[in-house]
Amino acid sequence: MPFGNTHNNFKLNFKSDEEYPDLTKHNNHMAKVLTKEMYEKLRGKQTSSGFTLDDIIQTGVDNPGHPFIMTVGCVAGDEESYEVFKDLLDPIISDRHSGYKATDKHKTDLNFENLKGGDDLDPNYVLSSRVRTGRSIKGYTLPPHNSRGERRAVEKLSVEALNTLDGEFKGKYYPLNKMSDADQEQLIADHFLFDKPVSPLLLGAGMARDWPDARGIWHNEQKSFLVWVNEEDHLRVISMEKGGNMKEVFRRFCVGLNRIEETFKKHNHGFMWNEHLGFVLTCPSNLGTGLRGGVHVKLPKLSTHPKFEEILTRLRLQKRGTGGVDTASVGGVFDISNADRLGSSEVQQVQMVVDGVKLMVEMEKKLEKGEAIDSLIPAQK
Amino acid sequence: MAHSFGRILSSKRNVGILSLIGAGSVTAGFLLKREHVSAGAGVRRVYPASAEYPDLRKHNNCMASHLTPAIYAKLVDKATPNGYTLDEAIQTGVDNPGHPFIKTVGMVAGDEESYQVFADLLNPVIKERHNGYDPETMTHPTDLDSSKLTSGQFDDRYVLSSRVRTGRSIRGLSLPPACTRAERREVERVVVDALAGLKEDLAGKYYSLTNMTDQEQQQLIDDHFLFDKPVSPLLTCSGMARDWPDARGIWHNNTKTFLVWINEEDHTRVISMEKGGNMKRVFDRFCTGLKEVERLIQEKGWEFMWNERLGYILTCPSNLGTGLRAGVHVKLPRLSKDPRFSKILDNLRLQKRGTGGVDTAAVGSTFDISNLDRLGQSEVQLVQTVVDGVNYLIECEKKLEKGQDIKIPAPYRK
Repeated sequence: MPFGNTHNNFKLNFKSDEEYPDLTKHNNHMAKVLTKEMYEKLRGKQTSSGFTLDDIIQTGVDNPGHPFIMTVGCVAGDEESYEVFKDLLDPIISDRHSGYKATDKHKTDLNFENLKGGDDLDPNYVLSSRVRTGRSIKGYTLPPHNSRGERRAVEKLSVEALNTLDGEFKGKYYPLNKMSDADQEQLIADHFLFDKPVSPLLLGAGMARDWPDARGIWHNEQKSFLVWVNEEDHLRVISMEKGGNMKEVFRRFCVGLNRIEETFKKHNHGFMWNEHLGFVLTCPSNLGTGLRGGVHVKLPKLSTHPKFEEILTRLRLQKRGTGGVDTASVGGVFDISNADRLGSSEVQQVQMVVDGVKLMVEMEKKLEKGEAIDSLIPAQK
Repeated sequence: MAHSFGRILSSKRNVGILSLIGAGSVTAGFLLKREHVSAGAGVRRVYPASAEYPDLRKHNNCMASHLTPAIYAKLVDKATPNGYTLDEAIQTGVDNPGHPFIKTVGMVAGDEESYQVFADLLNPVIKERHNGYDPETMTHPTDLDSSKLTSGQFDDRYVLSSRVRTGRSIRGLSLPPACTRAERREVERVVVDALAGLKEDLAGKYYSLTNMTDQEQQQLIDDHFLFDKPVSPLLTCSGMARDWPDARGIWHNNTKTFLVWINEEDHTRVISMEKGGNMKRVFDRFCTGLKEVERLIQEKGWEFMWNERLGYILTCPSNLGTGLRAGVHVKLPRLSKDPRFSKILDNLRLQKRGTGGVDTAAVGSTFDISNLDRLGQSEVQLVQTVVDGVNYLIECEKKLEKGQDIKIPAPYRK
């Protein structure tokens, strides 16, 4: 839980050694990088909103991690965190994003026309398609740090911006604390409703404070474009539909995002972005595009093939269960999405999903016919 | 002491002395004498208090009942000398709206000074929770002379076990919601050091949660001593589970009748217990053990947080005063089914819990029966209340066994 700027000064009365966390049993990116020397160097700093080193790392201290899954173990409290604490965050970013260097530049490309294909994924296999990203609103602190007043201001501004959308994007906002039972049931049935986080990774970072104050869901009338307000990030933007038309999902995603951004800019609060880190979000794992483009796809045979994991790795894709992160697959249906976020553009990442899923469906069909798939296994992308 | 705590302690001791002589609010002048953070040093605020005031319309806890927008506005810019703020103190109550039947407190203290800096909110909360006790005008009696206890031996056919617990905080160090890792580790050092000085039937051993062997862990589980990382959102939302299990541990004596938890919900929780109905012996050991631990920490220049208005200072306002819960596990198969059971307990100033402790259900009509009150009466008075009350309950059970009728006792008068 963040303590605000009044507390860090008091802590400095104690020696760095006495405050340094015990990370001997930890396995996360933060624990790998944060030496005693680095702790000593950074503990006296704070961003201008008062976010401190201990605020950044608390979630990683409280969640030692898993031997198989390497979590990030830290969060940003504001845009400045990535600058003030770059000595800690740059190596973590590099570890997490395949060697991305402190001097690298990230390319943003939201021109949906640059995507090739993607409208022909076989709907007998691809049950649904979805692209999500996050956006942070410049000038406000992030969910681990923001006060109630700030979070409410983010909500107010976001709802104003979203209410200006028209045409295919015309929609409505449902605040979590004023939801009628009927609305709630409908949102659950549509698989739109998000609930108070239960993961200790999120709770340990303080982003569930004051729930459900200033949290809500906005969606368009066709239920194909959805925005979460004040969950893990200021905004999570989601475009989705049943079937395999990823091209259309991506078009709507890009057009909708650009419209929203225009509106925010008019209010003098554009999105947090810079040419090194791309879009700035709460978790360092979501920097760059913050984009996860994926499908729910039936791969009962391929998923049990001994080379399944390797194929995914080579295609730069990851699998999840149909409940999202940290869930299991049900009935051979997997959530397949891009593994990368930083260092490649939106178009490039969605292209990888489109090409990769198309290939895997081909493999599945071959396996159904009892044929081998070795000739189809690609080189490392 | 070359240790950084030495300098902090000497200024904190002045606070302690002021508190002991009953000074109400710690004055701003004194606070500025502290060498570290000055009180009220810029709590970062971008929005006016009205924009920050929490939405408490669906809440049912003591904090929500008393935190008016006016009080919020008055206190939101303040911080204790350690930098603890109102928003931090109330976070647990904002995040946990409460239950229609069970009214939780909804706030915590981050340090001893919280009870003064946020008195405008804490005093009405304390008053509501502790039956009208007014910290501004009343004084709390402390009495650990267990020789005064009478009739403290229960019928073993009914009482399966007897237990007394309390908490103690080390003056000069922040409480679990706010403490830094260094402070928490210092609490551990101070207390473990003192406990190592206990002798004879109190001599024992410390088991640190970070260094426990599997065997030790299993033994502690079998003995029902091991405490785990809190899961209750009431506790986790206040920040007291941070850095788990760093500097947490369990100490117990060799006979397993005197137990100390370190850095769980409070700096220390002290427990005396044994099977059977000898509450007198349990309370004797409790008082002797506590006084001995106090003597040992004082030898090293430390003391417990205490003042004559609030008694012993603990994290949760519900545990102020004595912080004492004296209880038994008692078999009351007939009485517990009698419709008058709750009223009888009320009038005896007792509460029932299941045998798993707070928020658990009774198993096979064995109940955990303990005192309701904590503040405004002394340890001796409260344990006597439990002794008299449990004896009465057993008498009722025996009467019902013989087919005789029972009476609801008159409401308890001090």
